Amino acid sequence: MASVWFNQEMRETTGFTGTVEVEGKNIRTVIANLEIQFPGISEVLIYEDDIMPGLSVIIDGNIGSIGVLEKVNENSEVHFLPALGGG
Amino acid sequence: MLKPDYKSNIILSETEYDTVGKRVKRYDATDKVTGAANYSGDVHPAGYIHGKILRSPHAHAKIIKIDTSKALELPGVVAVVTSEDFPVLNGLAVDLGEGAMQNPMFLSNFCIAKDKVLFKGHAVAGVSATSKLIAEQALNLIEVEYEVLKPVMRPEEAIKPDAPILHDRLVTINSTTIRAGGVSADELPKDKQTNLANKFEFALGDVEKGFKDADVIVEKETKTEAVHQGYIEPQTSTVRWGSDGYLTMWTSSQGHFAMRDLTAMLLGIPQSKIKSIQMEIGGGFGGKTIVYSEPIAAMLSKKSGGSPVKITLNRTEVFEGTGPTSATNVKIKLGAKSNGKITAVQAKLYYGSGAFPGSPVLPGARCMTAPYDIPNAHIEGYDICTNLPKSTAYRAPGSPTASFAMEIAVDELAEKLGIEPLEFRAINGSKEGTRQASGPVFGKIGFLETLQAAKDHEHYKSKLEGPYRGRGIASGFWFNGSGPSSAIASVTADGTINLVEGSPDIGGSRTAVSMQLAEVLGIDATNIKPSIGDTDTIGFTSVTGGSGVAFKTGIACYEAGLDIKRQMVERAAKIWDVETSDVEYENGEIKHSSDSQLRMTFKEMAGKLNATGGPIIGRAAVSPGSPGNAFATHIVDVEVDPGTGKVTILRYTSVQDAGKAIHPTYVEGQMQGGVAQGIGWALNEEYFYNDEGKMMNASFLDYRMPTALDLPMLDTVIVEVANPSHPYGVRGVGEVCIVPPLAALSNAIKQAIGTRLTQLPMNPARVLEAIDNNK
Repeated sequence: MASVWFNQEMRETTGFTGTVEVEGKNIRTVIANLEIQFPGISEVLIYEDDIMPGLSVIIDGNIGSIGVLEKVNENSEVHFLPALGGG
Repeated sequence: MLKPDYKSNIILSETEYDTVGKRVKRYDATDKVTGAANYSGDVHPAGYIHGKILRSPHAHAKIIKIDTSKALELPGVVAVVTSEDFPVLNGLAVDLGEGAMQNPMFLSNFCIAKDKVLFKGHAVAGVSATSKLIAEQALNLIEVEYEVLKPVMRPEEAIKPDAPILHDRLVTINSTTIRAGGVSADELPKDKQTNLANKFEFALGDVEKGFKDADVIVEKETKTEAVHQGYIEPQTSTVRWGSDGYLTMWTSSQGHFAMRDLTAMLLGIPQSKIKSIQMEIGGGFGGKTIVYSEPIAAMLSKKSGGSPVKITLNRTEVFEGTGPTSATNVKIKLGAKSNGKITAVQAKLYYGSGAFPGSPVLPGARCMTAPYDIPNAHIEGYDICTNLPKSTAYRAPGSPTASFAMEIAVDELAEKLGIEPLEFRAINGSKEGTRQASGPVFGKIGFLETLQAAKDHEHYKSKLEGPYRGRGIASGFWFNGSGPSSAIASVTADGTINLVEGSPDIGGSRTAVSMQLAEVLGIDATNIKPSIGDTDTIGFTSVTGGSGVAFKTGIACYEAGLDIKRQMVERAAKIWDVETSDVEYENGEIKHSSDSQLRMTFKEMAGKLNATGGPIIGRAAVSPGSPGNAFATHIVDVEVDPGTGKVTILRYTSVQDAGKAIHPTYVEGQMQGGVAQGIGWALNEEYFYNDEGKMMNASFLDYRMPTALDLPMLDTVIVEVANPSHPYGVRGVGEVCIVPPLAALSNAIKQAIGTRLTQLPMNPARVLEAIDNNK
């Protein structure tokens, strides 16, 4: 199972402050399974069936580029952090 | 201290390529040195007229009334626009569909003020006329009645209870998501109004315990002022709103797709109605990633019967009306054990966003501790509206000022512990598997390698002697970015390739991506002819920013090359009447795997295409992730004049992990450019305001940027720890080089005069004051 780290909004939405083990082969199913454990959490992660604009998905230290379609491996570590631009 | 697993200052990469890593001739060199290159100011479409912008003389005021009637009566004036001519947009942040997150209302009000002016230079109205002179005269005939309000310029001042309020509907959000601020539906009661747009935190481990475990703790507070990107070419936007409803725009930007999409959003028209044409660009550094005068030029064109309208900003308008980076106030507490291991960090970052939410405080908060493995961290960030132009990206946005605080704290901690500063950094340095304060672990990175290369460098080994001389060390981090990118490579019968790609070239990218295409095809780089397509010609490509082009568009060109190879193999099999599986492409040659008689060079094959099935066009549209992180370590020697406070840089060496330097000369140029800008930021540059919030140094005469005469030769060392997510190992190189200079210079000045400066710029007056206070 993937280990999902909670960012500030996820913590404030759910009251949960740790990391959680979640089933899922991609980010879409990971979030769907998170929603079962933490109703309402998808509202801070999902917008119109994709990752919330301004968020990026980081899996095992790698910044994803295809949002909810990103593959998640067994024992992956998943973070939802601000998307970063640059100069 | 570190494993000496490579020779001093020798590039780590063990892979040799035919083209990648070579210093090939740049494609744009001749046009640029002969003046043939076309910039946005060179655009003169038939029948064009001139646009000028009326700007606010006040930093903060309500607009009571605008009367344009006298201006319209002036002979030669064609049209006048105000905010009334633009659609009313809501304050809900929208995703433009390709990664660009914007709050339409804020951006619209930034381009042209609606009810209030929020900084001196804020656009209030636009005029089009048959000559520049008439347009300027017309500006004087527009009567604007203001109710002048008190401005607030510093972020820490703007969150005090009695601070002037910029937006009466701004709602503080608590989000680690980049959002463009919250807006309530109605005006908020006075006691609920705020300038604080966002506050957030990152937390890791147990900070309280971490400080209890520390043997030494240091606390520092830094202040920095807004600084400008300082690009040489002012923005020019020319827009023709055709009678068929389609717009053509020529811009100086870092992203013509972004210009198209943002302009369409602000005009309330579909993206497909606009063709955006990218011109050569005279510098951007992040400042040309959003629209400024483009929507005004477009609306003026529409109201001028479709005549193209050209608006060129002068230097004062560039300073006063386009985005500087944030003024900041950072507080940091750092603890370590006597063995040098950092146990905890606590920081608060207050960043001014300018007139509208969206400072780079988030990346600042994530970057500041990234070079170090710190088990306990608590970092808070505050995004605060102030009466300056909306802050815009500037080279590693947010990181230099956050790193400034971190790296002087690191320096002081090392000094207190009696540990040499490079050694202290090595003890705590991040490496593969290190967990960042924001949570994720690093993949393959090259920070320790930059420290080792710095330690091995002759500069570091040399002695620096003499009074008022000091040596400073600092390190820095930038994430690097990526995004969607597109490339089309058409094989020409003479064996060359016309490459059309979508990334505006602000730092040599057309050469870097062409070299990657040449490498994959095994042909000479001179046989590639690159150009940047307009938005109707090439697929969507995200802005040239985040040090991402050599990575993302490089991959697009690499994939387009693979596409050509695949098609050439198929074509050869058809010509030779053999199985495709029996044909190979190797080193620019197509050959049969067992019949040595069947072989063709790339050029020979190119000459046969039209007669054997038609042209071959390789194409790729990609959105690659994991652009690879960038680290740098800098060494600087300074001499301080105790009589004047002037800081002279005696020697500067920057060491940086490039992953793989596609074109080393360009990489060195990026490193030198970043260092030069960082030195200016550290020593001289600032938006200097009077009490009314009016910038007093809005010209290059008074806004002191370093020139070649101010600096010694800036030495560079490229370290190559390959990024595993790129076929040649590329990491971005354009931004991290501006991160270390601020702290490196502060640390060097500390060595020279015995006093640590924590406020930028460290100009002669401030240095002199520090020397006097130390007596």
